[in-house]
Amino acid sequence: MIASRKDTFAVARYLLLIAGVAITLFPLLWMAATSFKLPQNLYDLSLFPSPASWGSYSYIFDKAPFGTWISNTAIAAVATTASVLVFDTAVGYVLAQFSFPGRKLIFLFIISTLMVPTEMLIIPWYLLATKLALTDTFAGLLLPGLLTAFGIFLMRQFMESLPSELLDAARVDGLNEWSIFARIALPLMKPALATLAILSFISNWNQFIWPFIVLQTENRYTLPVGMVYFSSELKDNNGWIQIMAGATVSVIPLIAIFTIFQKKIIQGIALSGMK
Amino acid sequence: MTKKTLHSKTISIASLSLLILLAACGSGGDNKKNEGADQNQSSESKASPVSASVPDSGKEKVTIEYWQYEYPAKVQLVTELIKQFEAENPNITVKQTNFPYDQYNEKVATLVPAGKGPDVINLYYGWLPKYVSSGFLQSLPESAFPASDIERDYYPLVGAAKIDGKYWAIPTAVRTLALFYNKDLFTKANVEQPPATWQELVDTAVKLTEKDSKNQFVVEGLAFEPGAQLHHWYRDGLLPQAGGEDLSDDRRKILWADSPAGLEAFQYLVDFAVKYKVGTPGVFTDDAAAFKTGHAAINIDGSFRLGSLKSDAPDLKYGIAPLPSYKNKSVPSSFWANAITSNVSGAKLEASAKFLQFLTSKEVQEQWVEKVGELPAQKAVATQDKYLNDEKLGPFISQLDNSKAHFFIDETGERTLFVDAVNEVLLNGVPAEKAFQSLVSKTQKLYDDYWAKAGSK
Amino acid sequence: MIARTARTNAAAGWKTIPLRISYRTQRYLFIYLTLAVPLLYFFVTRLLPIIYSFYISFREWNILSPSKPYVGFANYSGLFTDEIFRKSIVNTFLFVAVGIPGQLAAGLAAALLLQSIPRFRGFFRTVYFIPYITSIVAVSWVFRWLLMPNGWVNSALLNLGLDAQLFLLSPRQALYVIALSMIWQSVGFQMLVFVTGLEGIPAMYYEAARIDGANAWRRFQHITLPLLNPVILFSAVIAGISYLQTFTQIVSMTGEGGPLNSTRTLVYHIYKLAFKNFEMGSASAATVILFIIIFAFTLVQIKALERKVEY
Repeated sequence: MIASRKDTFAVARYLLLIAGVAITLFPLLWMAATSFKLPQNLYDLSLFPSPASWGSYSYIFDKAPFGTWISNTAIAAVATTASVLVFDTAVGYVLAQFSFPGRKLIFLFIISTLMVPTEMLIIPWYLLATKLALTDTFAGLLLPGLLTAFGIFLMRQFMESLPSELLDAARVDGLNEWSIFARIALPLMKPALATLAILSFISNWNQFIWPFIVLQTENRYTLPVGMVYFSSELKDNNGWIQIMAGATVSVIPLIAIFTIFQKKIIQGIALSGMK
Repeated sequence: MTKKTLHSKTISIASLSLLILLAACGSGGDNKKNEGADQNQSSESKASPVSASVPDSGKEKVTIEYWQYEYPAKVQLVTELIKQFEAENPNITVKQTNFPYDQYNEKVATLVPAGKGPDVINLYYGWLPKYVSSGFLQSLPESAFPASDIERDYYPLVGAAKIDGKYWAIPTAVRTLALFYNKDLFTKANVEQPPATWQELVDTAVKLTEKDSKNQFVVEGLAFEPGAQLHHWYRDGLLPQAGGEDLSDDRRKILWADSPAGLEAFQYLVDFAVKYKVGTPGVFTDDAAAFKTGHAAINIDGSFRLGSLKSDAPDLKYGIAPLPSYKNKSVPSSFWANAITSNVSGAKLEASAKFLQFLTSKEVQEQWVEKVGELPAQKAVATQDKYLNDEKLGPFISQLDNSKAHFFIDETGERTLFVDAVNEVLLNGVPAEKAFQSLVSKTQKLYDDYWAKAGSK
Repeated sequence: MIARTARTNAAAGWKTIPLRISYRTQRYLFIYLTLAVPLLYFFVTRLLPIIYSFYISFREWNILSPSKPYVGFANYSGLFTDEIFRKSIVNTFLFVAVGIPGQLAAGLAAALLLQSIPRFRGFFRTVYFIPYITSIVAVSWVFRWLLMPNGWVNSALLNLGLDAQLFLLSPRQALYVIALSMIWQSVGFQMLVFVTGLEGIPAMYYEAARIDGANAWRRFQHITLPLLNPVILFSAVIAGISYLQTFTQIVSMTGEGGPLNSTRTLVYHIYKLAFKNFEMGSASAATVILFIIIFAFTLVQIKALERKVEY
């Protein structure tokens, strides 16, 4: 009796989880499915378009430099992520492991900048970029994201879990602070670094408003900017099938990266909650 | 109180230090930038003394910057036109920049404070008051565009670009609304003629509406999208047709509620969705999409749609008819126009005026109809037989004489108020009369605020 | 060998005092050098713009206009008499009030379920995380389509014999639908955070409780929840930030924050004032107000976070 009740519970749990999978994946499947429909079947609700067509994909790659946009986005996301890894980690480490005058204030200051909406910052940023002759350049694109308050917050969380005895032992051994950070702290923080890297990469991949303002030449656009230019015309023309194809293309690289690195990422994100 | 003033003082000191810092940061790259891409200020300051010393300014090299919104057919044509223009005027170079329509104002708002303004800018006429009152534009040079010529050659609707007695912008092309109807759906419902009066439109729309067993739309009799063209239809179509007036001559007072026509027209409009239920917002994404895919039998839409219908729905059999009429004749129209910004002077101004003259020439207007599908802004060009007899263009052009383009203070603001009023009736069950009254008073408030500000300057 | 050891020891002993001093200097040097560049960066790219916003908020700052006169608190008083601005504040609070608990509950539920099953954990974890990496714009478009009056969801409702709903077109439903879409997108992230939190709770606590005869609900109430507290607070901060800044979803799903301004948020209102109306002065005043709200919110959360961490 008891065993069978347990079994029922187990089945119920799996059923619930599977329902969750359906809810999670359905919108994305629908997006992909729609991108294969023929224009006249736009309102067709089926998930398996018949006839299916690659037309929208050849259309978007013919009519727009999607390839260039993807590589621009990838390069920008990688470069920003590298910078974030260096600086956010260092700052997070210092804030977590040292006590010094002004620590609280600095932390509060950094955290509160997290709360200012980007929309309000872009005009000052743009003025700055113009002054530095960085508009429509790669450097200008990277400018506002080189360090992130979120990353610092995250890394501080991680770094607090570092055993301070280990660091003190290294100090007794005569290692200087830079070596301790680079040779002791960092290797222990690999999963955390992976997390920060992936979160930073994801958010940069999907970044829109600043790239949209600072970039002016079509060949320098990132994917979201290109998509918006591209779809502003398509929306008028009811080109939803092509738009869904574009959206699918924009999601695929991230899903691929996630599937490849998922063990590391999940480990790392899990860590951030540990405290 | 003293605390507050102290506070603001601290702030201004702090922001002063910000400006200094910004300037200090920038001083390195600054000069380089000005010589390079941003010729705006540098060549401008050079321009006037040089043009004064060289009597034949035709020999001087001038570059003008042109901004417009991105629409493929239009961009393609303008690129082509710029080539033609540069061939005719070898001393002038035109640099065009395109922004997507949805983010047009956003780009302008960011680039202009950074000193990257255009010399000639393409604007929706409804945005003009905002741009004019902020001092961003200069009025068209009287020598190149005498007001009397404009009033003689252009359709009267271009008068919407006249503010404080001066013209601030001039269009190449204009657009009006008409009735788009799906011929196949008409045949299917045994309707022979497109409706010509208010009552006929209601009857036909009811006849054409098709719903499935679950009471869901299969075909909308009349596509109903308040955020699209219905606002224009109300203000420049239904309202004057019913005998009402839009605005007082001094453009200060909304007159919709001054005669029963205002409410009558509003009630007529909302009844399509509320009483007759022949269409509803947001079904099939929007009105144009619904029409294109055969899910709307009738749509009230603009001439600018002809191009995309041709490219996206080549097999759709549809006709164009004038808007249904009532007591008076009146048809909504609108336009995008080109204006010159206020800092342009000297040789640049001359070149800009020349470019505008080119863009409004007969040849360009003709190319514009053929490639973009918008109607010529000048009467003589539009009423040529080849356009009047065109099955699709004809009905649009025949309506141009009675067309109106109402004055806007705040295009999006006024449209949003209208959409909200319709939604109050449709979604919240507010009586049309009440929603209408609040619409009038809220719109009036927008105007009052605008004029109060304009008066204080 | 011995001599060498002795020498090193001696050397170490010798250096002890100067090393101590230089160690402290070195330590501070390390701290402040590490912080110098980042702080300068934040100063220039974040703090100065904020100060700049303060400055602009006291002027009538039309972007296109060359004159930007000082107007005192006119922008602020203008905002508070603006019915739509007040509504946008209420909506923003609603987003936070619905979004944070919703997101935490969904994440925690998913994590608990995941914990309770022996197999396929990796699969479910991966799948649930996928929405988190998709772009907001793409996702918003998809939701708009699924929730259209004649869209997939309504067709499903009708097939079940239920009434079709307006969803994003209804002033009563739209805000919650958007909040739900945000939950959908972030539940995977929250789930992962909770899973680790749960794994950190020693199993012996549960066993002891079971021996005492506590049922599942009581165990959850008295063991799981209290011990998860720090994790919950961390998640709440992350969720709070995203809900306070709801913007992209609004633009992509309900356009101008409609219907009837029911989804207009503070950030959208700021954007509209600045970039559609060019009223930078009012937009900056609204930003200052947002900043004050957010600052208070952060202070409270950080206080809570630090207090909970201690126990």
